[in-house]
Amino acid sequence: MQIDLSTKILNIRLSNPTILASGVMGVSGAACVYAAKKGAGAIVPKSLGPKEREGHANPVLVEFDKGFLNAVGLPNSGVDNSLGEIEFAMKNAGVPVFPSLFGGTKEEFGYVAERLSTLNPQMLEINLSCPNTASDFGEAFALNEKAAAEVIRIVKSKTKVPIIAKLAPNVPDIKKVARAVVEAGADAISAINTMPGMVINVDVARPVLHNRQGGVSGPALKPVAVNCVYEIHKAVKVPIIGIGGVTTGEDAVEFIMAGACAVEIGTGIYYRGIDVFRKVTAEMEEIMQRNGYSSIKEMVGAAHK
Amino acid sequence: MERPKIIRISGIKDEAEGIKTIFLRHSMVAKPGQFVMLWIPGIDEKPFAVSYSDQKKGEIGLTVAAVGPFSNRLSSMKEGDKVGIRGPYGRGYNLGKNSKQLVMAGGGYGSASLTMLAEEAVSKGCNVKFILGARSKARLVYADRIKKLLGSGNLIITTDDGSAGIKGFVTDALKNLFKAQKVDRVYACGPDRMLKAVSDICNENKIDCEVSIERYMKCGFGLCGHCCVDPIGIRACAEGPVISSAQAAKISELGSYHRVKSSRKEKL
Repeated sequence: MQIDLSTKILNIRLSNPTILASGVMGVSGAACVYAAKKGAGAIVPKSLGPKEREGHANPVLVEFDKGFLNAVGLPNSGVDNSLGEIEFAMKNAGVPVFPSLFGGTKEEFGYVAERLSTLNPQMLEINLSCPNTASDFGEAFALNEKAAAEVIRIVKSKTKVPIIAKLAPNVPDIKKVARAVVEAGADAISAINTMPGMVINVDVARPVLHNRQGGVSGPALKPVAVNCVYEIHKAVKVPIIGIGGVTTGEDAVEFIMAGACAVEIGTGIYYRGIDVFRKVTAEMEEIMQRNGYSSIKEMVGAAHK
Repeated sequence: MERPKIIRISGIKDEAEGIKTIFLRHSMVAKPGQFVMLWIPGIDEKPFAVSYSDQKKGEIGLTVAAVGPFSNRLSSMKEGDKVGIRGPYGRGYNLGKNSKQLVMAGGGYGSASLTMLAEEAVSKGCNVKFILGARSKARLVYADRIKKLLGSGNLIITTDDGSAGIKGFVTDALKNLFKAQKVDRVYACGPDRMLKAVSDICNENKIDCEVSIERYMKCGFGLCGHCCVDPIGIRACAEGPVISSAQAAKISELGSYHRVKSSRKEKL
């Protein structure tokens, strides 16, 4: 049977449904291209903000038995210094590049979106949900559906580029946030960001991460994430990109059956190597073969029946 | 598990002006050229090449030059103080199968990993010449250790100001060595511009060469992407830090710029 592993988000075709997740690897244009050459179907670079940020001191990543905890703190050189990097990635990756952005205020989200839109990307991912900047920004925007919708409205007023709203898992009802951002104009949703967590070193009696708190990623996050995607799929009609612990083809298919049309992979790079994208895609093909699916589309939301 | 293990400092040795080695009882097997992440809880965590490894004693040494807030803090620590360590990470040097005539080209405290490599090479029967460069005599590290290992005839010292050995750069001594003897392989570690120059000279002379590159590292195990180099995108911590001079020739930023903590490019 001929198996088609390509997928579509809105009208954008991806040769396979694995996307490099924001925050991992994609610090520079060259790093994005490197991940693309290792098989990623699309690239979401590291989030850019309005101004240069150093991020947190080390350690910014620590492992526990079922995943990682990170608090990198959104280091970036500021959108104006970074346009060249995004341009390099768009020119050389050979796959779609969806720049990710954040701001400390609604207006800053709008400003960064406007600047990035000058490059004409196919989509922008709006990072409403990074949990690691609380000391600067207070509550993440994605934790409050009104705040999230407000950001989306402002971004939509500043750009014609389709936007993906990236949601947080740690809310009482993610369906409410999903509905609010879609009503405000979000063209797609990616879910989820990391979940707040902490790892303490008992020999020095302090958290390992310099920021003390961080976000849980990797296998521990996966069932939480699959459930969020399932819930969002029930609530809204826009395309969903699943994120959270995708390490194998089976993980990716779970997300797709919950309602995603593509998945982002970050921490999986640690477990499977930088060519995790190629490996996951090959494993998906095997699962599709085994179960008689010939396209990704046939599997989207299959678990809802 | 990628998390720091807490160990008390077991010894401290003065190496040169502002340069010390911190010893830790830790039975870690690190190849020369690999690095570890050293954590001072509450301060920061930075990469260090392993400069001493005594597996019988179960002890490793990390050499630190007091140049910034972190290294100053580390330099002021005492025996018994707690630090965290994780690793080893990255790719170390490869002793080629048929390489007998080796040259180590070390600049400043970059000689740490090369001194360990020289020890391994000697134990495998290779002939080693060591070019040891520093700004001045007071900043020379490991000269006695290398002399003891190789004999003084195999140590070539260069200083920028001529206060010890030959006045000049590591690259000058390397070019002279190419004229004077057969060289199978060159290993270099030191400042970026020196690495670029050594790599170029070896490529021009068609001599195998490996260089150990240094970039701002955060996670150390290939996930954060901070140490990816332009334009080929490989990670200094995972595909490096030791790379071939053929790879080095493809890295346009080598000897030219690096990325600071935010990821902004900064000229060297």
